[in-house]
Amino acid sequence: MLDPRLARLAALALAGLVLLSFPVLALVDRWRVGGVPLLPFYLFLVWGSVIGLAAWLIERRERGER
Amino acid sequence: MSGVALVAILISLLYLALLFALASWGDRRAERGRSVIANPYVYTLSLAVYCTAWTYFGSVGVAAGQGVGFLPVYLGPTLLALLFMGPVRKILLIAKAYGITSIADFASARYGKSGLVAGLVTIVALVGSIPYISLQLKAVATGIELLLAHDGASARAALGADTAILVALVLAAFSILFGTRHIDATEHHQGMVLAIAFESIVKLVCFLAVGLFVTWTLFGGPAALLARTIEAGLVERLSFATTRLSYADWLLLTFLSACAVLLLPRQFQVVVIENLDIGHLRRASWLFPLYLFVINLFVLPIALAGLISGFSVAEADSFVLRLPLVHGQDWLAILAFLGGLSAATAMVIVETVAVSTMISNDLVMPLLLRVRALGLAQRPDLTGLILGVRRAGILLAIVGGYLFFHTVGEAMGLVSIGYIAFAGVAQFAPLLFLGISWKGANRNGAVAGLSAGFAIWLYTLVLPSFVTAGVLPESLVREGPFGLDFLRPTALFGLAGLNPVAHCTLWSLAINTLLLVLVSLLTRASDLERLQAILFVDVEQSRRTPRLWRGEAQVGALEQLLVRFLGRPAADAILRAEAARRGRPLAPEEPADAALVERAERQLARAIGAASARAVVASTVRGETIGPDALMEILDETQKVLEYSRRLEQKSMELEAATAELRKANERLQELDRLKDDFLATVSHELRTPLTSIRSFSEILLDNPDLGPDERAHFLAIITSESERLTRLINDVLDLSKIESGRMDWQIGPADLAGLVREAVRAAQGLVAEKGIALELVLPDQPAPITCDRDRIVQVVLNLLSNACKFVPQPGGRVRVELQRKGSLFEVRVEDNGPGVPAAARETVFEKFHQLSGDLNTQKPTGTGLGLTISKQIVERFGGRIWVEDSSLGGAALCFTLPVAESPAAVLAAA
Repeated sequence: MLDPRLARLAALALAGLVLLSFPVLALVDRWRVGGVPLLPFYLFLVWGSVIGLAAWLIERRERGER
Repeated sequence: MSGVALVAILISLLYLALLFALASWGDRRAERGRSVIANPYVYTLSLAVYCTAWTYFGSVGVAAGQGVGFLPVYLGPTLLALLFMGPVRKILLIAKAYGITSIADFASARYGKSGLVAGLVTIVALVGSIPYISLQLKAVATGIELLLAHDGASARAALGADTAILVALVLAAFSILFGTRHIDATEHHQGMVLAIAFESIVKLVCFLAVGLFVTWTLFGGPAALLARTIEAGLVERLSFATTRLSYADWLLLTFLSACAVLLLPRQFQVVVIENLDIGHLRRASWLFPLYLFVINLFVLPIALAGLISGFSVAEADSFVLRLPLVHGQDWLAILAFLGGLSAATAMVIVETVAVSTMISNDLVMPLLLRVRALGLAQRPDLTGLILGVRRAGILLAIVGGYLFFHTVGEAMGLVSIGYIAFAGVAQFAPLLFLGISWKGANRNGAVAGLSAGFAIWLYTLVLPSFVTAGVLPESLVREGPFGLDFLRPTALFGLAGLNPVAHCTLWSLAINTLLLVLVSLLTRASDLERLQAILFVDVEQSRRTPRLWRGEAQVGALEQLLVRFLGRPAADAILRAEAARRGRPLAPEEPADAALVERAERQLARAIGAASARAVVASTVRGETIGPDALMEILDETQKVLEYSRRLEQKSMELEAATAELRKANERLQELDRLKDDFLATVSHELRTPLTSIRSFSEILLDNPDLGPDERAHFLAIITSESERLTRLINDVLDLSKIESGRMDWQIGPADLAGLVREAVRAAQGLVAEKGIALELVLPDQPAPITCDRDRIVQVVLNLLSNACKFVPQPGGRVRVELQRKGSLFEVRVEDNGPGVPAAARETVFEKFHQLSGDLNTQKPTGTGLGLTISKQIVERFGGRIWVEDSSLGGAALCFTLPVAESPAAVLAAA
């Protein structure tokens, strides 16, 4: 039996891996605003979001948890 | 300001002294039990030793040339950190449960406490560390050179010699002072952890200061910086194409970094060995990625700012220093240098402590202990030797780093050097991760996989770096060795198009994993390997470690061992704890129990590694380790189940046997019951026949008072004879029941069988004369002494005689009675010339109420049908045998034997 919190973190890691590698990166690489590639902003945004979600998953109180 | 370099060097030395003081304070606090590092924040900061000069200087270098290509190195660890509470937690549990001191110790313990695995892992770790340490030397040396250049030629000349070697010597001295203050691989290096946590703050603050200065002070904010980037035509630097990586490279580098954050010797040290509380992993799994995120925020801005300011990509590794310097911010430059120095020193300290511990515990000490000629096992104190080996190990790693820098490193970027180390230690991934999840992985597989992976790493990554440096001919990489195209190191078997690091990772890890699995499946693991595999894979269940030692060791011998390796105070502490556990002081000559031996081994393992500890304890504990048979009995679950099912089978077989016996007994009882019923039915019938006849004749006499005297006399004679028969019958039944129930009152004494036969014949004289039978009596001249009940034997002979008289023809009946001695037996034969007994009936004639069929119809038998049965019982009572056979007279011969009495004198006296 996998601890549900661990399962959610593993799912988050998997989602992070998908969002931070091919083919998503190849799509994002085409985004331009005024000629500026958005790739670095996308990478830092996704990276920061993954960390934020992880923090939320880890630090929030589970129901029934004191 | 002139003399920036001098100030920077002085501040650096002060900084190192501060670190030393901080570490000592941390150690003292730990000794007093008031740890300052026992919280997830210090733990997270200590994990940030991952960010070295590579991150501090090198990331900017990569970002300037390859845009976001520096990021996989931090994305991989972020993703792995999310799994801290999964597989990483399991590794920590195992390490804590079994007193693991390094990654080599971990691998060795998992694979049957194998010295070979420990040594191999140590060599790979050492060789992998050398480029990484050289990277730190190069970064710090370059920084100093840069500051000196800023001060002018005179300052450069004042320092003299090669900067890199000076840096190497200072770092070596500092690491030796720092890392081997005491032998205490036994305990956590709390002071060291505190120092590197502090360094993590310093490098983060310094880097952020440079980043903020560059972004806001120089360029007026991120938006303005971006506008200047567009203006300078550098905006395409932000696209993926700039990275010169394929998406496969990107993914492989992410994976490689995820492995490295756990497997690099220093990472394993801080993540696993120095961890004080497994619970700290929880918060670290998002705080550590957060640290990586924050320290990388200004990498791209600094890189772009450097390029906009007119610096070349080749100078990008030192943008962090150059930008403050050219803008006259000398103090910021010194701060930036200090940050870089802290990143480098933290790495060198932890790495060398980790590697030198491995060198002493897992490579040198086991070898030295094995060389008997050195007599180390008898040396009173080995702590000095162990410390010496560790210091030499630190020196070896740093001098190796310097030599690598000198031959190869000068031509390569910081990050390229770092990747070599990453790919090297990634070779531990298969044996570690399969080791904790698959019990089938064995020593042979681990050795095969690691050796092959190591060889491929050397060939596809280290060798080409020597080519790049110009040490080896370029044709080796371009055309392959001996012109063999398919063996080109960076395009092995024609696999071209990958980044060299990704290429090496793919080949080495694939073959490493494949060999580990295949060889493990094809070879047999030893009992100890299987035991350790169970202990590691099922660590949650195996925490209550089974007793692994059996045999005898004296407390005194163990004490000597502990003093030799751990020193007197540590040994005393262990024995005091043991005495406290037992509640009484220990005498040196008393036997050490399994718990104490195990405790000693675990403490020794903390100091000198599992493989060495096992070797030295085994030398002290007589009776060796637990035998393979007993081991398997304890551990092999399958065996237990088999044993259980075997017993179950045995039980069920016993049950079946018991059931069969019961069934047989039941059948016998039913048979006896049936016999009893038959007997009762027969007896009633036999009693009723004479009774009926007596009653009918009595009624006739009663109803006809006027019967003639002749008739009356006839009827009365019948009544009398039937009454006699009834009496006989009842007597017989009583006799039989008495004999059978063992209540017969036997009158046993000496007798002469010949006399008894004569007596019986006399008693039957009337019957014989009445039927006109010719009786022949053949008796020996001597008396025939026997021991018996006289009356009963006469009864037997009489029975046989009357039986014979019953069946002989009339007239012309002949009976012969004969007594003769046959060895130790007397045999009595009663023969007649009657119809004889058919062979089939010769057994049954002795059964109760057996009367030969045919007789019933032709003539009324005069006997009770019990005579022969009673005779059989009597004869057998006195140790004889009775049977029927053919007679020479033409009829049946009823014979019985009786044993000759032992004391004929007594018989004669009685006769």
